[in-house]
Amino acid sequence: MSEKSAKSPLLKKKAALRPVTKKNLVTYLMVIVFFALFQTLSATGNLKFAYKSLLVPICTSVIMAVSLNLVVGVLGELSLGHAGFMCVGAYVGSFFSVLTEDIITVTWIRFTLAFIFAAVAASIAGVIIGVPVLRLKGDYLAIVTLAFGEIIKSLVNVLYIGKDSNGFHIAMDSAKLNMELDGMVIVKGPQGINGTPKDSTFFIGFILVMLTIFIVTNIMDSRTGRAIMSVRDNRIAAESVGINITKYKLIVFTISAAIAGCAGVLYSHNLTTLSANTNNFGYNMSIMILVYVVLGGLGNIRGSVIAAAVLYSLPELLRGFSKYRMLIYAIVLIVMMIVNNGSYFVKLKEKYSYKFYKKINSKKNGKEAV
Amino acid sequence: MAMLEVKNLGIKFGGLHAVEDFNLELEKGALYGLIGPNGAGKTTIFNLLTGVYKPTSGQFFLDGKELTGKKPADINKAGIARTFQNIRLFSNLTVFDNVKVGLHNQIKYSTTAAVFRLPAYFKSERLMNEKAHELLKVFELDDSADTLASNLPYGKQRKLEIARAIATNPKLLLLDEPAAGMNPNETKELMDTIKFIRDKFQLTILVIEHDMNLVSGICENITVLNFGTELAKGKTEEVLKNPEVIKAYLGK
Repeated sequence: MSEKSAKSPLLKKKAALRPVTKKNLVTYLMVIVFFALFQTLSATGNLKFAYKSLLVPICTSVIMAVSLNLVVGVLGELSLGHAGFMCVGAYVGSFFSVLTEDIITVTWIRFTLAFIFAAVAASIAGVIIGVPVLRLKGDYLAIVTLAFGEIIKSLVNVLYIGKDSNGFHIAMDSAKLNMELDGMVIVKGPQGINGTPKDSTFFIGFILVMLTIFIVTNIMDSRTGRAIMSVRDNRIAAESVGINITKYKLIVFTISAAIAGCAGVLYSHNLTTLSANTNNFGYNMSIMILVYVVLGGLGNIRGSVIAAAVLYSLPELLRGFSKYRMLIYAIVLIVMMIVNNGSYFVKLKEKYSYKFYKKINSKKNGKEAV
Repeated sequence: MAMLEVKNLGIKFGGLHAVEDFNLELEKGALYGLIGPNGAGKTTIFNLLTGVYKPTSGQFFLDGKELTGKKPADINKAGIARTFQNIRLFSNLTVFDNVKVGLHNQIKYSTTAAVFRLPAYFKSERLMNEKAHELLKVFELDDSADTLASNLPYGKQRKLEIARAIATNPKLLLLDEPAAGMNPNETKELMDTIKFIRDKFQLTILVIEHDMNLVSGICENITVLNFGTELAKGKTEEVLKNPEVIKAYLGK
C-alpha cells in the first residue's frame, strides 16, 4: 500500500508546525507572560498584599478548570464532584507534610512527595468513583458525582487520625482515638489539619499550571485524545471502530482526578488550617469550576485558563464596589456568556485566529502555506 | 469453509420477531446484497452482526471464530467494520482525525508515550498520517482533510464513513444504504468505488440498499427480507425476477 512515499502537500503541511501545536504554544506563552509580569510586580513590591495572596489560589483554580475540562469538554460527561478529588489530594498532601515535617527537612523533596502521594490517592478515588459511574450517562452521572463530592467532604469532617508511639489511630470520633500521652492528633475532624507548612509559592503554582496544560493538551492531541473525543462525538460509531469506551472513560477520570489532587496540595499548603466546607470542597466549588470551564469553552484549554484566572480574581478586584460586588460579578458572567457565544464575536475570533496562524505559517514555510 | 457463517440468527423485541432464522454464508471477496421493504429487519441484522444488539437465538462466525454476543469493539477488532444508515461521523473532529480514529487499533502507542512525547509517539503518528492520507486519497477526500467532518457535503460524509471503516483493516465490510440521498451520477461513482475498494483492500462486502441499479450493478448474490424472514435468496438477476419478490418489494 505504500508504493508512494513522495511527500504530498498535505503531509508536508502536517510535518510543519501544525495548528494544534501553535495553539498550545500560544497558551504556554500566555501563562509565562502572566507569571513573569506578576512575579516581577510582587518582587518589586508593586502588588498589594490582597492581590499577592490571590496568585496561588488563581493557579489552583486554573489547574482545577483545565483538569475538569478534560472530563466535561473532551470526554463530554458532566461531572459535579471535581472538588471531591481536590479534597482528597489536599488532605493526603497536608497529612503527609505535617507528619514528615521533622523527618524530611528538605522542603522540595517533601513537597514533591506530597504531590505524588496526593495524586495517587486522588486517582484511586477517581477509579473508585469511575467504575460505578461509567455505567451511567448524562444527568445520572452528574448526580452521582455530585453525591460523591459531598460524601468525601462529609467523611473528612468526621475523620480523626492521630499518631503516637503505638502507631496510627483512626476513628470517627475524637473520644475513640485511644491515644498515648505522647501522641499527636493530626486530622481533627471538623477542625481539619493544623500547621501545614506553607510551601506553596506562585512559582510552584506556575510550574503546576504549565504541567497541567502540558499533560492535558498532549493527551488531546494523541491517539488517546482522539479516542476520547470520538466517544464524546458519537458513542456508537466509536465502538464500531473498535474503541474500548470503558477504558478511555476510566483513563480520563483517573488523570483528571490526579491533577485535581495536585491542585488540592497546592491549595492546602497555602493555608495554615485546612478544613472542608461547602465553599472549598463542596458543590459550590465544583459548580464554580464548572462555570469556568463552560464560560471558557468546552474542550478549549486556553479558554479555561483565562476564564478561571479572570473569574477567580474578579470578586477580589471588585471589592471597591463593596455591597454591589456580587451583583456586578453576576452581570459580568452573563455578559461573558452572551458575548462569548454571540455570532459577531465568534466570527471575529475565527477571523483573528485564522489570520494569526496564516502569518506564522507563511513565516515558517514560505508561500506554500494555506 | 465460508468466511462469514450466520446460522439461524434471530432477535426478539418483546413479542416481536424482528429477525428470525437468518442464514448466510459469504465467501472471501464476495459482494452480497441485502434488500427488502422498510422494517424488514435489514439494519437489525447489521446491528446483530456488529454487536449493537445481542441475538436471542442463533450464532455467527467469522473465519470459523464465533463472535455471537461479543461487544461491538471486539467484533470490530475481529474484522467486521460497518457504516451507518444515518451517518455517524465524529462531527467535531477533522476529516483527517476521523480516519485516524479508525486506525486506533492498527497503529498503537501508550498514553504515557503521548503525554511525554516519547519517540514512539512521533513514529506512530507519522505512520498514521501516511496511512490516513493514503486512504483519503483513495476516496478523493484529501483536499478536505482539515475540514470538520460536520462541514462536509453529504456525499463526502458517506465516503468518509467508508474510509473510516476501512481504516480499521476489516475482513468484512457492512455498508448500510451507502447510496441513500445520492443522485444517479454519484451512485454510479459509488458503485465503482465499492468495486475498487473490494479489490484494493481484499474485502468481503455486505450491502443494504434500496437503489436497484446499484444492487443489480454490483451484487453477485442477494437475499430479500420481508417481516424479518428470508423471502428469497440467490443470484441477483434470478431473485429480482421472482414473482414473490416483485409482489412484496419491487412492485410492477
